[in-house]
Amino acid sequence: MTFKEAVKEAILFEMRKDPTVILIGEDIGQYGGIFQITSGMLDEFGAGRVIDTPISELAIVGAGIGSALYGCKPIVEIMFADFLTIVMDQIVNNAAKMNYSYDENIRLPLVIRMAYGAGTRSGMHHCQNLEGWFADVPGLKVVIPSDAYTAKGLLAAAIRDPNPVLFFEHKLLYATRCETPEEDYTLPLGKARVVEEGTDLTIVSWGIMVRKARQAAIELKKQGISVEIIDLCSVVPFDKETIINSVKKTSRLLIVHEAHASGGFGGEISATVAEEAIGYLDAPIKRIGAPFIPVPFSPVLEDQYIPNEKDIVKGALEMLSVNTN
Amino acid sequence: MNDVSTYAEQLTDQDHLNLYRHLTVVRTFEEKIREYHHKKSPVTELPHLSTGQEAVSVGSCYGLRPDDVIIPSLRTRGAFLMRGVSPKVSMAGMFGKATGLTKGRNTSHHAGSMALNIVPGSGVVGSHLPLGAGVALAAKTLKKDFVTLVYFGDGASNRGDFHEALNFAAVLKLPVIFICENNQWALSNPVTQHMLIKNVAERAASYGMPGYTIDGNDVLEVYNCTMKAVEAARRGDGPSLIECKTYRWHAHSERDPRDMRTKEEIESWKQKCPIKRYEAFLIGKSVSQAVLAAIQADVAKEIDEAVVFSETSPYPQVDEMYKNVYFEGE
Repeated sequence: MTFKEAVKEAILFEMRKDPTVILIGEDIGQYGGIFQITSGMLDEFGAGRVIDTPISELAIVGAGIGSALYGCKPIVEIMFADFLTIVMDQIVNNAAKMNYSYDENIRLPLVIRMAYGAGTRSGMHHCQNLEGWFADVPGLKVVIPSDAYTAKGLLAAAIRDPNPVLFFEHKLLYATRCETPEEDYTLPLGKARVVEEGTDLTIVSWGIMVRKARQAAIELKKQGISVEIIDLCSVVPFDKETIINSVKKTSRLLIVHEAHASGGFGGEISATVAEEAIGYLDAPIKRIGAPFIPVPFSPVLEDQYIPNEKDIVKGALEMLSVNTN
Repeated sequence: MNDVSTYAEQLTDQDHLNLYRHLTVVRTFEEKIREYHHKKSPVTELPHLSTGQEAVSVGSCYGLRPDDVIIPSLRTRGAFLMRGVSPKVSMAGMFGKATGLTKGRNTSHHAGSMALNIVPGSGVVGSHLPLGAGVALAAKTLKKDFVTLVYFGDGASNRGDFHEALNFAAVLKLPVIFICENNQWALSNPVTQHMLIKNVAERAASYGMPGYTIDGNDVLEVYNCTMKAVEAARRGDGPSLIECKTYRWHAHSERDPRDMRTKEEIESWKQKCPIKRYEAFLIGKSVSQAVLAAIQADVAKEIDEAVVFSETSPYPQVDEMYKNVYFEGE
């Protein structure tokens, strides 16, 4: 099934099973959402559970938090991840810190879904990768599926999770397909997946970049290079064990994300491996990410901005040409 | 709204003594904290005192059911106490002690309690208003008839959160009451410098919800107006905005480098003291001075005990700070 169908199936399954699951967002009702994820849901579940809202992101996220405290499991749709800038306060100061401000340990089963990422010629306010910002906020989980299979399983887990979860869906993944079970399943939040096993180099990536890393690995294999690819799945919780175990085997770490290389979550991964496994490395850690500029609009510029398969192949080859023995 | 008839008239003699006691508890608590802070030892949580504004918390909370939800503001000590946080626990929270509501994880005025239906407010002025819409959305979605009260000041009504929360609550017809404590001053600027309309409640018109401007120093008027709004919300008639005109007697905080207000202005509002006015009302109802004095003495003893409790309570164990970051348990 497609990524889009997988997201939709996860939502439908939870909504049919659990009457406390509700949807809150802009244009999600009759219109079906900007990417048509919620189409048909208003008819099936009614306006009491599929709540079309004014253009009021503060109220939307605040309503998600408040309703989650009092028995609902809201799935909030923020149309584009770029609009998270508007609701930083609600997410960072309210959602993330709510439990810490209570007299007892409480549940806050809130999911905030949004489309993210570059490549759609939508300009600098609809294309950003902001997941790294939220990695520094205790109390949140930050989840990024890479294909239909992970989208369905991670979203189901996110909806059932008692903590606030940010769920990033890359726009260019919606139409992609992969083998995905029809039945209900979850994938654990905070557990990375080794999606290709290899011995020469570890690539850690997430979201759409996992797809590009896999394509790069095919090219590298032709050149006799065996690549291990880790799909991080979530930047919080951060599964460092899987990465360190892989690096101990391959001795080389390449981190690939669509966010800016500078300031992106790759820096945290790099620092962690440097602290805990530097003795296993045969080459300096390398990061591939976007240049430190806004996402440009024109196709010629945007295509150059987004890291691609060729960048990954080139980066891998550079690392393998370094011999410290 | 000047009609105090419906709900307030049904209050019993005991209700009136209860209200008097509640007002006295808040006043005594705040004044004791102030005295302690300046004369004995600085209180860990910088006091932002609600002296002069007691009738807002007390009058609005008095008629609530236990399942109704409140989201307090910075200056609503009384709302915590009214909902069942004891003066001991509230004060120990200010001291950062293990016996406070959040065991030292957060300050007392932004603490929450699931059992008491208190949602934590925010240190960011006005950010909690959208949460009120959200709690009310849960009531509507799950077909429960509890209502939510959100407290905030005149300053918060200039935040975008105010606009979004009120409009959102109005269009979805949510059972939430927005209670504005208009104490005439933001930190250093008078309300007249921050808005060109006379009353915050006029803003309700732009959301298509009822807006009431009332005397916030009249506990019965606050009680009556809140009950009217609460019953409307419970019936499914949607949200209301209640603006309680009041005044803080003290500076923004007890560490203010200067107070911008004139002595004359402060004095004129002290003449409208909500407690003195209520005392006069009670004496008019033939309550004796001796009864009121006995309540005052009893409350003074309770607050003194809270001080001793707060001083002698232990600080939290260090591992407390690692708790409640994420949900723990199944």
